[in-house]
This record gives sequence, C-alpha cells and structure tokens, in this order.
Amino acid sequence: MYIKFLLSMTLLFCSTLTVAATGKLLATPGVSQVEGSAGGGLVPWAQLAGYASEDEWAVNGFCSRADVTDYRLGACGVQLNLFNRVELSYAVQQFDVPALNTEIEQSISGAKIRLYGDVVYSKWPQLSMGVQHKSLDDGTVANLVGAKNTRGTDVYLAASKLHLGALAGYNWFWNVTTRYSKANQLGLLGYGGANEGSHILLEASSAVFVSRELAIGIEYRQKANNLGLGEQDWRDLFIAWMPNKHVSVTAAYLDLGRIAGVDKQTGWYLSVTGYW
Amino acid sequence: MKISVFIFCCLSLLLGCTTQPNTSLYQQLGEQAGLEKLTDSFIAQIGNDKQVFHYFEHSNISHFRQGFISHLCSLLEGPCEYKGDSMVAIHTGMNINEKDFNHVVDLLINAMKEQNIPHTVQNEILAKMAPLRGEIIKI
Repeated sequence: MYIKFLLSMTLLFCSTLTVAATGKLLATPGVSQVEGSAGGGLVPWAQLAGYASEDEWAVNGFCSRADVTDYRLGACGVQLNLFNRVELSYAVQQFDVPALNTEIEQSISGAKIRLYGDVVYSKWPQLSMGVQHKSLDDGTVANLVGAKNTRGTDVYLAASKLHLGALAGYNWFWNVTTRYSKANQLGLLGYGGANEGSHILLEASSAVFVSRELAIGIEYRQKANNLGLGEQDWRDLFIAWMPNKHVSVTAAYLDLGRIAGVDKQTGWYLSVTGYW
Repeated sequence: MKISVFIFCCLSLLLGCTTQPNTSLYQQLGEQAGLEKLTDSFIAQIGNDKQVFHYFEHSNISHFRQGFISHLCSLLEGPCEYKGDSMVAIHTGMNINEKDFNHVVDLLINAMKEQNIPHTVQNEILAKMAPLRGEIIKI
C-alpha cells in the first residue's frame, strides 16, 4: 500500500537524523485529526503538526482507528511542519462496512498555513487556514447512495488558544473551526447530494490539562445532510497523553449518530502520533 | 453526552476545591525561602544544560540570582520592587529564538517540579511570566 511505503520511507529518512524538532512546549501542537491535520481527533486546530518552532521543521506520522457499532475506520498519515508556518499532510482512510463486506478507501492531501499568533503566547488566539483535498479510491458506494462527486475540497479557518492557569490553576484550551465542505461522512460517502443545504459547518473543541502530560476534552463537529440519509453531528470525549515530545496517545468515546441510515453509531477511538 | 456532562461536573468539583482566592502566588510559593529554593533549582537546571548554557556563560550568577528573585517576587505580588534592568535591556543582542526560549521555560518547569510546587501554582506562575516573552526573544 502506498501509505505504508510513504511511512516507512519517512521513518527511514528520519532515523538518519539525530536532532528532532523540540521547539514548542509539551502538548501544544495537539494530536492528529482523522483527516491528517494537526488537531483533536475530529476537528483540525489552528496549531501546526509537530514540535517545530519558526527555525525548525518536523515530520510526524500517525495511525488512528475508530470502532463504532456497525462500522470501522482506520486512518494513517504523515505530516510535515515547515518552520511552524506551513503544514503539509497526507492521510489514507479505510472505512469498513462488515455488513456489506465492503471497504471504502479515501486519500486526503492537506495544507495549513498559520496566519497569526501563537497558541500560548499571543494575546489573541492563533489563527490558521487550511485545505483538505479528498479523493475516493472507488466511487461505487458514493454513487449508490446518491453523491454527486467522488472527490472534494474542504477549506477551513481555525482559531485556538491555551489559557495558562485559567481554570482554577489548570490550563484550559479551546478551538473553534469553520469549514466549507460538501463531504458526506468525511467524504467516505462522496460529496454533495440531492438534499444539499449550507456548506458552512461549525466545529469546536475544548480541553483541560489535568497535568503537563494529560488532557481531557470534548469535541463537536457539525455535519451536513446532503444525501438525506439523516447524517448527524459528531461528538467525542477524549483523553490525550503526551508523555514527551516524541509520542502522543489519544483515546476517545465517539458518538457519530446516524451513518448511512443506521442509527446510534457509538464506540471507541484510539490514535498514536510519533514526532521527529 | 451524559458521560461528558458527568465528567465535567467531576472536573469542576475538583477544580473548585483547589482554589485559594486570598493567597498571593508569592505566599503559595513559600515566600522568600521558597522563591530562593526555586531560583537555585532553576540556576542548577541551566548550569547543566547544553542547549542554553551559552547564553549565561558570561553572566554573574549572584547578580542573576538576586535579579531573578526580586523580579519574580514582584511579579507574584510579593513585598518587593524590582529595580534591576528592564527585560529588553538585559536581552538585547542575545537574539534568543523561540526554541531556546521555550527550552528555558521547560527548565523552569523542571525546577518547579523539583521543588514540588503544585501543578496549578506552576501554571499561574507561568501565566504571570508569559507576557514578558515579547521583551525577551528575537532582540
């Protein structure tokens, strides 16, 4: 598989380097979002992936897995941070529908640019703009459910801020993202449909750091119901562990609502990111 | 959503109990004695560090120690007035980058951990110091 080759080449390349980027404070880059951007689990954040400060670059790799009642999603990807100004990412998602014995694969190329600020130090929140270009490997299922396209591009604007000691001495983080998207279920069910409404969607995250290494938070991601299959907003409750500047592990309880006509898709999410 | 509401209730309870509204950070740090111990730990952290030691190589340690103690004391609302040089005057020409600045923050956090300063007090101290960054880096 292409992504495995890419990941192993990246690992090989990175293992030849002795110095990893460590210029940011612990935990401040966030973790890896299911479409490959730096973020929470569901929402892309304003931070750029990895520990590169403005004089460094960083490479990260991640794999995530979500198991809900009737479906399973796996995603792996790589991220490149250039001088904490530009983030480039590439991810591949595999969506399993055991009931239909079907697998849907989608690749996502992402780019994010930091427009203003620093999530910790600037007076106003860090602000970034990003794009995620997504393309389905095989559009059979998307066409079957009535999607208009098998590829699409999301554009988002994200604002993030970490407030030191703000909640009775605990550090408090929040992020708000607005996204333009025509995607149905991340694009796994194609783009657009007969029931299209507004394409502007709201996403948000909030977390409290109970220690330097451990954050507990919630996320919300608004979804459009382009296909008329009752697609619902997503939410999760997550715990992220960032023991050092080389690895992070995130676990979450997911509530993804109705997916492709099947109600109450809840379950678990696990994600690991490695940083060089 | 029930679970998240429950956890957030627990969390707010936990947070509520740790509030100490009428005590200054200076007092929570253990006043002058606590401030001195923290500063000595911080100096030891810097002295053992390869990445940033060179910035301090030619500084007078006792001058730095006195200045740091009185500056922090006044920042944390202790009974001191900082009369030393301004942050800008001290750091001009040092050209400290973001990475090295954050590394010194890491060293200060190590020193605070070493002195068993509670996590919440550590954060509140960092919150007082963070706004000084603009007067320290890239000048």
